[in-house]
Amino acid sequence: MNSAIDFFEEVFEHWSMSLPLPSSPPATAREQVAVLQQRISSMQATKLETKTLPTSPALAAVLPGGALRQGAAYSVEGSTTLVMALLAGPSQSGSWCGVVGLPGFGVEAAARFGIELSRLVLVPTPGEQWLTVTAALVDVLGVVVTRPPAGTSDAEAARLAARLRQRGCTLIVVGGWPQSEAVLRIDSSRWTGLGRGHGYLSGREVTVASAGRTGFDRPRRAGLWLPDAEQRFHASARPRPAIVPDLREATG
Amino acid sequence: MSGRLTRTIVFWCPDWPVVAAGQAAGHATEVPLALIDRGLVFACSAAARRDGVRRGLRVREAQYRCTGLVVAPYDPVQDSRAFEPVISRIEEITPGVQVVRPGTCAIRSRGPSRYYGGEEQAAEAVIRCLLELGIEGARIGIADGPFAAEQAARATVPGAPVHVVPPGGSPAFLAPLPIGILAGDRLATLLRRLGVHTLGEFAALDAGDVRRRFGADGAFAHEKAGGRDSRSVVPRVPPKLFDADVVFEPALDRTDQVTFGIRATADRFIETLTAARLVCTAVRVAVYTESGEVSERVWLHPRWFSPGDVVDRVRWQLQGGQAIDTGLRSGVARVHISPERMDSTAHHEQGLWGSGPDERIHHGLTRVQSMLGHEGVLTAVIGGGRLFADRQVLVPWGDRPAGDGRAEAEPWPGSLPGVAPATVFPARQPVALLQADGAPVDVDDRGLVTGEPAHFSPTGSARDYRDVEAWAGPWPVTERWWDAEHGRALHRFQLVDTDGNAWLLTLEDHRWWAEGCYD
Repeated sequence: MNSAIDFFEEVFEHWSMSLPLPSSPPATAREQVAVLQQRISSMQATKLETKTLPTSPALAAVLPGGALRQGAAYSVEGSTTLVMALLAGPSQSGSWCGVVGLPGFGVEAAARFGIELSRLVLVPTPGEQWLTVTAALVDVLGVVVTRPPAGTSDAEAARLAARLRQRGCTLIVVGGWPQSEAVLRIDSSRWTGLGRGHGYLSGREVTVASAGRTGFDRPRRAGLWLPDAEQRFHASARPRPAIVPDLREATG
Repeated sequence: MSGRLTRTIVFWCPDWPVVAAGQAAGHATEVPLALIDRGLVFACSAAARRDGVRRGLRVREAQYRCTGLVVAPYDPVQDSRAFEPVISRIEEITPGVQVVRPGTCAIRSRGPSRYYGGEEQAAEAVIRCLLELGIEGARIGIADGPFAAEQAARATVPGAPVHVVPPGGSPAFLAPLPIGILAGDRLATLLRRLGVHTLGEFAALDAGDVRRRFGADGAFAHEKAGGRDSRSVVPRVPPKLFDADVVFEPALDRTDQVTFGIRATADRFIETLTAARLVCTAVRVAVYTESGEVSERVWLHPRWFSPGDVVDRVRWQLQGGQAIDTGLRSGVARVHISPERMDSTAHHEQGLWGSGPDERIHHGLTRVQSMLGHEGVLTAVIGGGRLFADRQVLVPWGDRPAGDGRAEAEPWPGSLPGVAPATVFPARQPVALLQADGAPVDVDDRGLVTGEPAHFSPTGSARDYRDVEAWAGPWPVTERWWDAEHGRALHRFQLVDTDGNAWLLTLEDHRWWAEGCYD
């Protein structure tokens, strides 16, 4: 962190840089700022030594840093399939996963999407002891999915966040969460295989949108098969819906 | 030769499996009872035998002969367990009891006959002792060697329950008996084909010839048939008792009080096991209440029980999913803890640096389990079935899944291909599905939809209606139509609404339910 601040001070006080810049000088001030921002963020990433969990490459585009980070909380709104997609990567690479407070978690879907059931622990109804149970699972498991009850206070969230950082566990919250690294939700979805009176659901192509922690990050979007006809997740090859480039223009 | 033979008393309780099963189920002795093993009658009570039920009959044939027949599965463990108090009582009056099988015991005759002043007197003492235990009709045979003594016990009649074969009289006693009672069906059949029909005829053969022709087994059978059974009575070594028992006087009516009361006993229970270099991997907890109820259950452990784990199991058994301070229906008078399965500590040694990360996970999950109860922490396996709720089998942490994985591999015609729903509602949710004109969608007796679904409400209330974008169905599922209680007939539909959500719906008894949601 310190060297990053030093770097800032040097840049702003002397407008000169001790670190080598890219060979071709940037044309406009705006581009220059963008390059600097990129450099700062890359340096911070190396300084903080954040460990990441192996995540499904399909989701790299929507997660900050390209993967799930240990000790961070992510929030997923309104889609259990998206939760399973996030769990699949760590579970396949040997992490134990816990699911707290989701009595309807579809085990068969989880197994088909690649979550290892022998390393999956379910606590469907924690009741009033939600925080204690989640904290106890955070102590021992790699990834914990939880749905907080309605009246969860910020203090409780902060305590849990401290525990997460200490234990290096990743928390995936179904619903809102005050200190989440990113908020993921499904923007639009298109089902394949089902007609009017014939066929059956065989696949689903979605656009996943994620908003970063501070709200100043640019929102990320990705087209995704969730899942495809072979019950796998991967980035969709089709061009994204027309609305997405428009949004990028507006925000970028 | 006869110097090597052990003068033996054998006592035999006829129909012991039936007596044991009757005791366990609380049947009166005159109830016609039959125990079934692999579809055939294994043992039956005297009342059933009067009606013509015999060992080896098919169940249907037995029920045809005796219409009031009570049928129960045969449980060998039950036999042994019910026989245990009998052996301990007999061991009190005479030492050196060998259990031949549950219901039959051999005793070395020398000690008891000297103590009681004769073989008949010793036999009478044993019969008196059995009568005190409520076992009627026990028979006793006394002869040289266990085999002859057992045959003597079987040769008795109800009126004269003791048969004494005088010393040296065993060969003459055994000679007229049929060859079939000798162990080994194949040998008996072969001998019968060779024209040897009684033990006497078999014993008359030359011992060397028999050994050459039939090997060691044949030679042993030949010795037995000739009354030269050289086996001696080997008294059993009573197994060390690790059971722990807590009696509450007065009875306690709160779970937390009972839990506190058994803590010290649980510590002692595990300490005794550890001192014997054993670990316990399954424990049987029996809770006796003031009003005479008994709740018994075997608890498994994925590793081995610590004192705290034992206390937890007792607590879970008492509260049955309720909170810790819930009052009990009736006061707890006694808690009995016995190890169901034990193993040597050598098989459960910890590695030098612990047993890896799984140990940590187990401790964490056990902590959660002690907060929420046994069924609070679950692992899942995929089982068999057509409905998704049937297919996911949830097993409490530490228990073994019930099935053997075969059900999953079956084809299950009628189950859905394609995507599995990410949310499977544990209790099905009422929904509503309407046609374009507002009439509810239904399926007629021919299995056809009455109209095309147009509007869908995921909560069933009128405010939540949205349009249907795509749908398919009905796919009929008819399960267990022969069973009025568990049978069900329903139609399944898949549906995508305009919000982009997909649903799996079921139509049962003309009402719509959501089975799952592809969210």
